[in-house]
This record gives sequence, C-alpha cells and structure tokens, in this order.
Amino acid sequence: MLNILWACLLVIGIITAAFTGNLEAVNNSILESTQDAVELLIVMTGIISMWNGFLVIAEESGITKQLARYMRPFLRILFPHLPPSHPAFDYICANFIANILGLGWACTPTGLAAMKQLQILQQQRGKSPDIASEEMCTFLILNISSLQLIPMNMIAYRSKYGSTSPFSIIGPALIATTITTLLACILCRILQNRKDSP
Amino acid sequence: MKLLNFISIFFIPFLLFLIVLYGLFQKKPLFDLFTKGAKDGITTVYQIAPTIIGLFVAIGVFRSSGALDLLCNLLAPSASFFHIPTPILPLSLLKMFSASGANGLLFDLFKSYGTDSYIGFTASILLSCTETLFYTVSVYYMSVGIKKTRWTIPAGIFLSICSLWISCMLARYFIQ
Repeated sequence: MLNILWACLLVIGIITAAFTGNLEAVNNSILESTQDAVELLIVMTGIISMWNGFLVIAEESGITKQLARYMRPFLRILFPHLPPSHPAFDYICANFIANILGLGWACTPTGLAAMKQLQILQQQRGKSPDIASEEMCTFLILNISSLQLIPMNMIAYRSKYGSTSPFSIIGPALIATTITTLLACILCRILQNRKDSP
Repeated sequence: MKLLNFISIFFIPFLLFLIVLYGLFQKKPLFDLFTKGAKDGITTVYQIAPTIIGLFVAIGVFRSSGALDLLCNLLAPSASFFHIPTPILPLSLLKMFSASGANGLLFDLFKSYGTDSYIGFTASILLSCTETLFYTVSVYYMSVGIKKTRWTIPAGIFLSICSLWISCMLARYFIQ
C-alpha cells in the first residue's frame, strides 16, 4: 500500500504540474525537499542518539521493567496475544509514556525497539516477516492517535504568533486526544476480533 | 500558567536526572551504557534515512505541483457538509505526511486568520491530537522490513478524519 501511495504522489504531482505549468516549482521543490530531509536527519541523529542512550540506561537499571509492570493490566487488553513477560511490553510502555509526556523525539527509539521485538516474536511464531502482525498494527494505530497530556510545542507556537491565551488550547486538546485515543483502542479491538488468530 | 511554564522547562532535565540517579543507585556503568545506546541511535537514523528522503521528495512534488490544492478543492464540498472549514483541509492532509510541513502551514494559518480565530483554534487542536500517519507507518514498518501493512493505513486514515471532525466541533464549542 505504501509503495502504491508513494508512486501516486509522484505521478499525480508531475502530471498536475505539467497541466498547471508548475514544473519549475516542482524542480525547485525536489532539490529543497532532499535538503530538508537531510537537515532533519542531522537534527534527528543528535536527539535520537541522546534519547536512545538514556533509554539503554533506563532499561539496564530496570526502570522500564518497573513501568511496564504498572501498565501491564491495561496493555493486556490491547495486546491479548503478546506473551506477558515479553521484552516488547517494556518498550511499548516506554513508548506510550514518552508519547503521553509529549517527548516527541524520545518516542522514535522506543517505538523502533518495540517493532524489532515484535518482529522477532513474529518469526518465533513462524509467520512471514513481510506481513505486519496484529500487535504491530495495534501499536502503530495507538502511536498515531498519540495520547498527550500537554501540547507544549503548540502552546509555544501560539504564544509566538501573538495569541492572547496560548494556554487555552490545553483543555480542548486534552479532550480531543482522549477521544481519538479511545476511538483507536476500540477500533483496534474490533479489527483484531475480526479473526482472532493473529 | 506560570506553573506550566515551569514544568515545561524543568521536565526533560528532571527526567534525565531521575534516570541517571536511579542508574547510579543500581551501580551501572552509566556512560558505557549511554554510548552503547547512542551508537544504536545513530544506526537507527541511518536506517530510516532513505525512507525520510523518499517521503520528503514525494510530498514536496505533490505540494509544489498544486496537486494538494486540487485535492483539497475536490474534498471541499463534502467537508463543508460536515461543517469542516476549507482552510483546514490542506493542513489535515499534510499532517498525515510531515510534521514540519504541517507546522509551516499552521504558521501561515496563524498569520492570515489569527491564533485565536475559529480557524486558528481548530488548527491548534488538530495538530495537538494526531501524529503524522504516513511518516510513522513508513519509518516504523520499514525499519523491520514489513511490506504488507494490513489494516494500519485504513484505520489510521479513519482516525485522522475523526480527529479532524472532533477538532472542528470542539473549537466551535470553545470559541463561542
């Protein structure tokens, strides 16, 4: 699906540009977007390495295991087929906590570590490594719905652009993120139940 | 307000402090562990670099060609049926692909409509309640070599539409 979507973006974009006479803009944007991507990657290298370093400390000293123990009852509902003491649990918990606290960049290392564990589990089950497991789908969807307590970045943007009440966003944002996360949980359970064997 | 500012400034240093302190009590070789993790971090970024470059180029072409505006014009009638304002549409579409692109668009909306207007407020809620769908899907799945993403993308798109509608409704309620 991603392959088709990626190709569609390019093909439709170039056809539209040819008809609307935007080809020059497209030329510029190709160059600009590669530059933007590399700039982002450089920033990411620093921040992700930093968070990953602290993640390993937290993991080796047992903080993630402790947190996972508290969150396990809740996560059991969403990941019914994941073995209770599987290391993927710890990373999933760390990822959700980073999300809830709005740490943004700290989410990626924990998320990728969780995906790696889920992929190992999938191979132990003897399933194809090309196809996403139920756990992976659920994990991704919950990540996208991203429960967040305080949208710090948004408050900063709002005050920068002259809002008289930058903090007024907290209430509605919390309601919105709670509703979407609940929706995501329900959706995942329905889609998992469609055929219960992963 | 003051308290929130305080929390936002002290939050990350405090979190790092806790992690390091806990590690010290456990008598772990902290710096060794950190460098080990950081090394994996660099490998991670190296692995996801092709995905990000590919995604950026595709979305850059789609946007600059005017195809994004065209798509928004196509969607505008059905959006207005659900009381979703037209200027929000490109933002919600772009948010699915890139956070930085969506932020750029958000600042444009702030400048032309004002942060505390209905549009500005809706945009603020919208960007606080969803994550970039295609960025997350492609980076996470490609890092472990998954090709068939099954129900992730349909479910993600459904959730994005829901969050768009919820943001509009909430903004309406809170602004009035």
